[in-house]
Amino acid sequence: MKRALWTSILILVLLVACAPVDLNAPLPTYNTGVDPNAWATVPAGQFLYGQFNHQATIDYDYQMMVTDVTVSQYVDFLNTALADGTLKVDGEQIVGFYPGDEFHGVKHEVEITATNYIFVPLNDPASRFTFDGSMFSVVAGYENHPITNVSWFGAWGYCGYYSYRLPTELEWEKAARGSEDDRPFPWGDEIARNNANFYSSRDPFEDMGSFGSRTSPVGFYNGQTYDGYVTLDSASPYGLYDMSGDVWQWTGDVFEGQHYRYMRGGSKDTYDMDLRIWVSNNATPTYYSPGVGFRCARNP
Amino acid sequence: MYKVHNAGLIFNLYQINDGGITIMAKRLNYLFRSTKGLILVAIAMIALESAIFGMLSGPMAELGVRDFMIRTLKMDIVQAEREGRIIILYHSIAMAVVAIETYMITSLLKMKEFYKMAVRVLITVGYILTMIFGMGFAYWGHNWALHGLYITGLSLIFFAGVLLVIALWPWSKEVYQPDIAYARTKKGVDVERVAFFAAALTTVISALFGAIPGSFYGNGFETFMAQDIIRLPEKTTMEYSIIGHLHIMLALIAIMITLIIGRWLNFKGILHKVAMPLIILGTIVLNLGVWGVATPLEPIAHMIIYVGATPAMLGALMLVIFTWDKLIREGVAGIQKPNGWQKLKALLRDPLRFGPMWQMVFMNFTTSFLGIFMAVRLDEIFRLWPAHEERIELTGHWHVLSAIIATIILLYYGDMLGLKGKLRKIYGWAIIILSDLACGSVTIFEMKRLFIGEAVQQPLVNTLMLLMDFGLGMLLVVLAMVMVWRLLDLFKKKGRWTEEVEHELSAEVNQ
Repeated sequence: MKRALWTSILILVLLVACAPVDLNAPLPTYNTGVDPNAWATVPAGQFLYGQFNHQATIDYDYQMMVTDVTVSQYVDFLNTALADGTLKVDGEQIVGFYPGDEFHGVKHEVEITATNYIFVPLNDPASRFTFDGSMFSVVAGYENHPITNVSWFGAWGYCGYYSYRLPTELEWEKAARGSEDDRPFPWGDEIARNNANFYSSRDPFEDMGSFGSRTSPVGFYNGQTYDGYVTLDSASPYGLYDMSGDVWQWTGDVFEGQHYRYMRGGSKDTYDMDLRIWVSNNATPTYYSPGVGFRCARNP
Repeated sequence: MYKVHNAGLIFNLYQINDGGITIMAKRLNYLFRSTKGLILVAIAMIALESAIFGMLSGPMAELGVRDFMIRTLKMDIVQAEREGRIIILYHSIAMAVVAIETYMITSLLKMKEFYKMAVRVLITVGYILTMIFGMGFAYWGHNWALHGLYITGLSLIFFAGVLLVIALWPWSKEVYQPDIAYARTKKGVDVERVAFFAAALTTVISALFGAIPGSFYGNGFETFMAQDIIRLPEKTTMEYSIIGHLHIMLALIAIMITLIIGRWLNFKGILHKVAMPLIILGTIVLNLGVWGVATPLEPIAHMIIYVGATPAMLGALMLVIFTWDKLIREGVAGIQKPNGWQKLKALLRDPLRFGPMWQMVFMNFTTSFLGIFMAVRLDEIFRLWPAHEERIELTGHWHVLSAIIATIILLYYGDMLGLKGKLRKIYGWAIIILSDLACGSVTIFEMKRLFIGEAVQQPLVNTLMLLMDFGLGMLLVVLAMVMVWRLLDLFKKKGRWTEEVEHELSAEVNQ
């Protein structure tokens, strides 16, 4: 009897562990009212950089997108760039040309030569876009969600296509923190569940019992209430949304002796500690994930 | 006269008996002057700290327990200081573990009474200061007096270490090994004592690799967690020093507990004679490699570390073989031709003696082999993943190693408690099974990217988290039960504690 009970528990645990995940589970759709085409200007000047508040200066004005690039925006880019030959289909992926980086032969450094690299994978069930062989479409409901499953090359290519660029880490951090204080989060000193989309933050898009976290629409945490879910206005001092949480954001620095590319902001899959402004993550530039997106910067 | 009310649970602390010795003084005498009492206090302190501060991380954080604890205990949590808090937290716990090992060493090995007393006084005051004032500084605002007392505690522990090294000096005739069944030189030098000495000496030196950069905090050196800078191609000398320090200190704690367990189980014979030189060689070379990380030897430091780790692990393997063979032989004594099943039963009949060895073997599956696999396939597999995945592996690896060392101490402590019969089996197997369940789940969690994608991982993650939390939670419950039992025992006039006052571990070595 006892043995049967333990066996049943073990089988149940294994079944739960192996349960399939419905990647297309119904998704609540909300209009946040935040324009993904908007830009915010970050003025030249000093600010406190990093965990230990070092004085840093950016001596030029620059602009950053108010939100992450959305699935809708990226799909438009894919369709246009595929049509004009900037991008190509290469097996199971969309590729584009990258001119390569200087190689220094440092331990663990991988050479990035001038060639075509993956921008986005095709046929990855976690992608929020589809491809029918000639055209890309947005998976319904995800139009205003951040684009994910995009490599660093894909992010770099998007920004460059429109004559923008990826922000440097320094630019990103100033845009997130502002220049007035040493706040750890874009909105202030503390974090609440309804400040941002992070692991187990109980937002309307997650179900930790089955598929886990999902992205939220860009600008979702703007103080609005959605079907009873109250959000806090979590814009940065310069008015940028989702600088903490939702998706990691690729930044543009290429550091000497490293092929890794850096990301900022934490994501729907990380604990709140990784949403602190100075926390960074990095990966090879070909890496893509359902938790990684980007936004662009430009000179005014 | 003192009065005992309510089945011995309430007593008047201030009434006097037995020639002027207060009831409290008797208990304090047991808790702070006897080996088993000192070990009990240190385990209780760790248990208390783990219980309180474990509430601040997952899954308690997700359940809202963290916020409740912070409010209730009026903690002063500043986001930018998280890394500093964690560093003080694990130093506090590690110092208590080092104290426990020191109590065991000073009770198991011959040494002058003065040294034994001095080492114990210094390390006890040291770890208690470290724990109380370190945590006070880290979690309840920055009163620099608390920080000063925290550093004082660490310094006292360092001095205790220096004295322990002197006390363990093996080239003195009084401590020579007369029995040829044990590893000894022709002159009679006790090679096992040399191994203890080497581990203690290198521990004291390795502590400096953390202390020196630590003294530069606020003066050009900033707090960091090693796992967060692992991919930076260039690190400063002080960063390398800290990275070397944290690795070698845990490795030395593991080597020391291996030697302690060997002494408890009376490791001897040919395997002992081979193992002890290997452990000495491993300890020294491993240290040279790790110290080399902070010197121009850095490019080949890893190679030296591998060379050092191999003989140390081989020495531990010999202890495993010796102990399991002994358990089997004892268990099948009287059976003329024991079959495999009988031998297995004999091996498993005493979880407290089987367990430490099993945990050492399990440690290799969950940490050592995994670490080697990671090192070998680093660029092909692990560095293709984002840094935060690598961070999970490193922190998981670290926690499993620490937890396994803790369980080995708890298994030995079970024997010290004199557990017998069914209770001994339940306690021993509970520690082994619950910790292995948790540590095994952590290992699968660390490596999950090898076989599952981010988008579809949640059911697996939930199951693994459940198993981890169940294993660790129940382990803490078992520990809490033991602690409550020992606390209640202290309220009894003739409790177990009265017997333990005079116990020394050297008299309880397994024959």
